[in-house]
Amino acid sequence: MKRVVPRVTGRSLHSDTDESPGWGPAGHRPAGVAGPALRAVGLTRVYGEDESLVWAVDGVDLDVPAGQTLAVTGPSGCGKSTLLQLLGGLDRPTEGEVWLGGRRIDHLGERALARLRRRSVGFVFQAYHLMHELSAAQNVELPALLAGASPRAARRRAAELLQQVGLAGRARHLPSELSGGQRQRVAVARALANDPLVVLADEPTGNLDSAATRDILRLFDELRAAGQTLVMVTHDERVAATADRVVSMRDGTLADDTRLDGDGRGTRHGHGGGTGLGALLRWED
Amino acid sequence: MQDVVLALLSKEPSHGYDLRQRLVTALGPLGETLNAGQIYVTLTRLEKAGLVVQEREDAPMRGPRRKVYALTAAGQERVAAWMAESAGPRADVAEFHLKLVAAAESGLADPLALVDARRRELMRSLAEAQHAALAHDTDSEAGLLLEGIALRLQADLRWLEACERAWSARAPRGEGKGNG
Repeated sequence: MKRVVPRVTGRSLHSDTDESPGWGPAGHRPAGVAGPALRAVGLTRVYGEDESLVWAVDGVDLDVPAGQTLAVTGPSGCGKSTLLQLLGGLDRPTEGEVWLGGRRIDHLGERALARLRRRSVGFVFQAYHLMHELSAAQNVELPALLAGASPRAARRRAAELLQQVGLAGRARHLPSELSGGQRQRVAVARALANDPLVVLADEPTGNLDSAATRDILRLFDELRAAGQTLVMVTHDERVAATADRVVSMRDGTLADDTRLDGDGRGTRHGHGGGTGLGALLRWED
Repeated sequence: MQDVVLALLSKEPSHGYDLRQRLVTALGPLGETLNAGQIYVTLTRLEKAGLVVQEREDAPMRGPRRKVYALTAAGQERVAAWMAESAGPRADVAEFHLKLVAAAESGLADPLALVDARRRELMRSLAEAQHAALAHDTDSEAGLLLEGIALRLQADLRWLEACERAWSARAPRGEGKGNG
């Protein structure tokens, strides 16, 4: 539920992790950038006025190291989508700062912000948001063209990306000729067109059945292995469970922060008495 | 069962009838399987183990005399340890539910802190199950099992959301110890 004035003090963030700054697998991106790929400081977004103020996001501090995949979960209305829009420069904070690749972006002018979004952020939405009149390939080419790539380079990149998402054979299809899962894979390819610093995904599997969800999650896993920084908002625990780290939002604040990636790639368990999947079995003679 | 009884006694000394009523309230229809004698068997065992002592005997106006039990120091230690330990990967819903009830009742732990700890534990199990599930064909035998395990863990996590809402409403976070 969105909180309405009067304000009460939110629960402070507490984490059972003891990470030092810069933990986790260092991604190959962003080159030459020190510090987190994405950082929010005291991020706050208030809607409405006077009597009906709503703190959709309320003083969020968050660092996303390069190469990390982060899932943001929480009940509907907790502010997770607003947070994502603030992080991606689609919305502006009432207070606080957003840093992308070491650069503060929340006070940039409209044009500079639009340019930055195009080059450095890849968005994936629940409802795909593809251009209906363009083919799959053209949808993927578009961001590269808008960012100033040559038509030839954009075409080559699009072909490469469609191959990567398993849709090389569907390049000339219109979105209406594709299944939901295929459309979302096109949208992921489009998000990657400009080799963004971060990919931001808002309920990326929200419209998909379980088979298509698996395809998207496998794709995200490949991105993760390639060092892509990814932040996704989801209410699906199984989707969140594929991330390196999960933060829970409540009433606009971060209520919990859990690492799922162990001490690095390859060791996925062993904390807090976790004993692996075998512990779920009860052997009886 | 022993741990729950000990936790309920940590607030104040009590007798078997009272303890049973408390459990029946917390368990609802599931409490019907708790037979009348069970609680007395448990109390006797706890007494033998030195975890509770009979403090006094109340003689109500009507009905039988009631033995009032209190925790010993060893009993208090055991309850504290139970509150602190994680529920474990196979803990069932009723077991964790009773722990939350006992935590709130006794004031020994914040139910919401227990919910948070449990969520982390389940998320980590789900992360393993989900990664394994993605690596196996859903039609394979192993994949089918992993799918079932992931779905159950997801269901447990959704129930925790309900626990969080309910216990938050009873004891708002940031207000004292949350032992309302």
